[in-house]
Amino acid sequence: MSVVANPRIRIRFSKQGKVRFTSHRDVARIWERALRRVALPVAYSEGFSPRPKISYGLALPTGYASEAEYLDVELDREQAEALGLVSQGIPENPQDGLIGRLNQVLPVGIRVQAIAPVQPGSSSLQQAVVACTWEFEVDAAGFDEVEAWVSRVLDADEIIVERERKGKQVTDDVRPLVEALEVGRGRCGTGGETVRVTAVLGTQPRALRPVELLEAMLVDPAAGPHPPLSARTVCRMQQWMLRESQESQESQESQESQESQESQQSQEDIKITQGDARVEPLSVDAGPAALVETRV
Amino acid sequence: MSSLWPELERLLGEVQKPARYIGCEDGMILPAHHPDKAAWLLIYPDTYEVGLPNQGLQILYEILNERPDAVAERSYAPWTDLAAALRREGLPLFSLDTHRAAGDFDLLAFNLSAELVYTNLLECLDLAGVPIRTADRGPEHPLVLVGGHCSYNPEPLADFIDAAVLGDGEEVVSEISEVVAAWKAQGRTSREDVLLALAGVTGVYVPSLYTVGFRDDGILDVVRPLHPAVPELVEKRTVADLADWPYPKNQLVSLTEVVHDRLNVEVFRGCTRGCRFCQAGMITRPVRERPAEQVRTMVAEGLRRTGYDEVALTSLSTADFSGITEVVADTVSDDACGQVSVSLPSLRVDAFTVGIAAQIQRARRTGLTFAPEAGTWRMRQVINKLIREEDLYGAVESAFSQGWRRVKLYFLTGLPTETDEDTLGIIGMAEKCVEIGRRHQKGASVTISVGAFVPKPFTPFQWFGQNTEQELNRKVGLLRDAARKAKGVQLKWHDTRASVVEGLLSRGDRRMGAVIEDVWRNGGVFQEWGEHFALSLWTDAMDRHGVSFEEHVYRHRHEDEALPWDHLCAGLHKDFLWQDWRDALDEVGLEDCRWTPCYDCGACTGYGIEHVVASATPPAGGSQGTGQELGPDRVGAVPVGLSQRRPPIVEPNLLPAGAER
Repeated sequence: MSVVANPRIRIRFSKQGKVRFTSHRDVARIWERALRRVALPVAYSEGFSPRPKISYGLALPTGYASEAEYLDVELDREQAEALGLVSQGIPENPQDGLIGRLNQVLPVGIRVQAIAPVQPGSSSLQQAVVACTWEFEVDAAGFDEVEAWVSRVLDADEIIVERERKGKQVTDDVRPLVEALEVGRGRCGTGGETVRVTAVLGTQPRALRPVELLEAMLVDPAAGPHPPLSARTVCRMQQWMLRESQESQESQESQESQESQESQQSQEDIKITQGDARVEPLSVDAGPAALVETRV
Repeated sequence: MSSLWPELERLLGEVQKPARYIGCEDGMILPAHHPDKAAWLLIYPDTYEVGLPNQGLQILYEILNERPDAVAERSYAPWTDLAAALRREGLPLFSLDTHRAAGDFDLLAFNLSAELVYTNLLECLDLAGVPIRTADRGPEHPLVLVGGHCSYNPEPLADFIDAAVLGDGEEVVSEISEVVAAWKAQGRTSREDVLLALAGVTGVYVPSLYTVGFRDDGILDVVRPLHPAVPELVEKRTVADLADWPYPKNQLVSLTEVVHDRLNVEVFRGCTRGCRFCQAGMITRPVRERPAEQVRTMVAEGLRRTGYDEVALTSLSTADFSGITEVVADTVSDDACGQVSVSLPSLRVDAFTVGIAAQIQRARRTGLTFAPEAGTWRMRQVINKLIREEDLYGAVESAFSQGWRRVKLYFLTGLPTETDEDTLGIIGMAEKCVEIGRRHQKGASVTISVGAFVPKPFTPFQWFGQNTEQELNRKVGLLRDAARKAKGVQLKWHDTRASVVEGLLSRGDRRMGAVIEDVWRNGGVFQEWGEHFALSLWTDAMDRHGVSFEEHVYRHRHEDEALPWDHLCAGLHKDFLWQDWRDALDEVGLEDCRWTPCYDCGACTGYGIEHVVASATPPAGGSQGTGQELGPDRVGAVPVGLSQRRPPIVEPNLLPAGAER
């Protein structure tokens, strides 16, 4: 192990169309091959079976689309410096040329949107992400019906789901993870009207998936008649992380997590959470407009 | 013809591993369909993960799509969950490339690599909306073809297929395309017209144009043409020179994990070691090596194009490839290829081979696999797998001393003339290997994997009555008892019930058709998968149709008896095979004919071609395949044809003992 940490880059990409039926593991393998094909000097682990040092963010359930997938790639410092990709331990202009080259070798449906250097010492994708924005259509339900369902979710004191974790059945209250829920109208491919839901769902300590929320409400005995809701064309629109300040990261984070609980309490009665200062789009900091979406 | 994708998309959320059905592989071709072109759907009747890497299918996929008069797409057997969903929604089997209905293609061409997939062929036809029986199809239906090793005895499938194609497909698919394109241009008149035209293509067998007769005792008598224009003997196709066929040029890279998930480059086709149990070695003769330079190019370009970090040099015995040392050295030292590992799927049993393996597996030295096949020298002479014990022990010593921690050995049981001493010899060899290993490593272990021998058509063992299920179980029991007492030896064995069904289908005649259909109608699909295989489905169907293991599997065939595949030709003379069978029973081995004079098996002479090898000397190291040392006086003195055009030279004074008849 070298004393100086290897430089890292963060890649944001979309996953749309047929390719969304590949699994998280499949996508990892697709990336390994793509990075080899563009001859990026990826760092490898030591030992009997050297593996490329790539870390992937929160797994996207198979079948879901996404406009906001991320991976961090660790570069071999020596090789990257020799190639002039890195200066002072920070990758320089990693976007230049690489986006185009990667998009040439990636399968149809996987498209790189941006690449940026990761500041040394930044937390990993898994730790950093606190929430995801999801959009999905609700099958076989009218606008009013879905709107009523949204109210029920937001009005609930707790939403209990049973999930399997490490082989054990556990019950979680997922209500605190519902940060925002909104219903709207959209157009489907054939021109008909569809009902679209936008949800911001928390990921810590364990991510809540749109389908889990829909199913949780269906089995809640206190909720009365259950609307037969099922989600389709689910798309992850954004991932959110805590803003890291110049101050001590630890204290900042603990302070913020308290605040977040408070702010959630006070927002329960509204359908749309206002743009929240404590989180920001999981930025790759390079600044292109495509990367930063402000929440309304 | 339009895409079914919008409808299929809705089903994929509810099935396991939906990435099996999306296509989108790197290397996929989006063909331009046209009414004048012959549209092929190439189907591998097993799961996508098993079928996608199939090199034969990929080669034909590229060749057909390069032709102006043909297009080809691919399909694989949908798993049971999707099959049920398709039926529920009234949707058909579809292609992966453009998600078109299978019934919209002109040809459904199945690759048959194993007998237990036969019921999946019926499943695919039924899902495609095509009548499963040939007799029920009209001009509007696709033609149903089969190819691959099982097509050398297509008789069990005679009721269901329109044609079987024998041998290498590279050239014959073009001739078939021409026939089918012409048939389409004439407005797809009667089905008989096109079948007769297909029967005129060398290598194509149309079962419905032949009749089968049985003797009074129920034994097959003869298979005879029903039409004067069809050949009495259907010959296999053989491409003379692999250098002309550098395919696949763009190997498909799956988005989801499949078996053999790596770059695969075929280094030669055919094998002349003459292992008597091995159908692949017999039917793919003669040996045709790819030029080493072309192998290097295909490896380097393939790695760059695919992003794989592993390449397999494929053949039936890759250590025999005359350019092996150079190709391996070039590949592992090519910086452009990055950290590449090379795998040799079929290792020869000797220290030389381990040396090559050491060169290519610098990092991951977890396990090495060898296939001695039988536990005693006597038994290995019978099957002509002429590995001396010292070859194996040398290989094992070499492996453990160079850091490998596990050695796996493949064996067969249920071989002709096998005694309990032969069977138990397997454990003896394994124990000795552990003992050698422990001199180098404390925890050295040896895994032995035992398969039940199934006799196959066009091998010297095609006359042999397969061991009964009970006998195979008894032998597995012997091995289990002995393995329990042997330290460091782990035993794995294959399901003997599946082996007897495989035996039924591999040498069966047309009477098997009713059994296959019955099993399929009762839900028997994916029979090569342990979780779906059910012997009772087969035995019940056999009872209903008067078919027994005793007659069709366990019975020794007579010399004068007609075999169901006698009207087909794999290039081998039947009298050569019979003589080789007699030699087997006499425990006489036969040297590899690449480096000895010709035994006139028929594979070269019948086609005016011969072995294409790049070197006139046998590979360095081991004696396997020769049964004796190749002394300096013999090495290099053996005449070997270096090109397909030079006639073979036979020097009678060099004939080995086994060849004198």
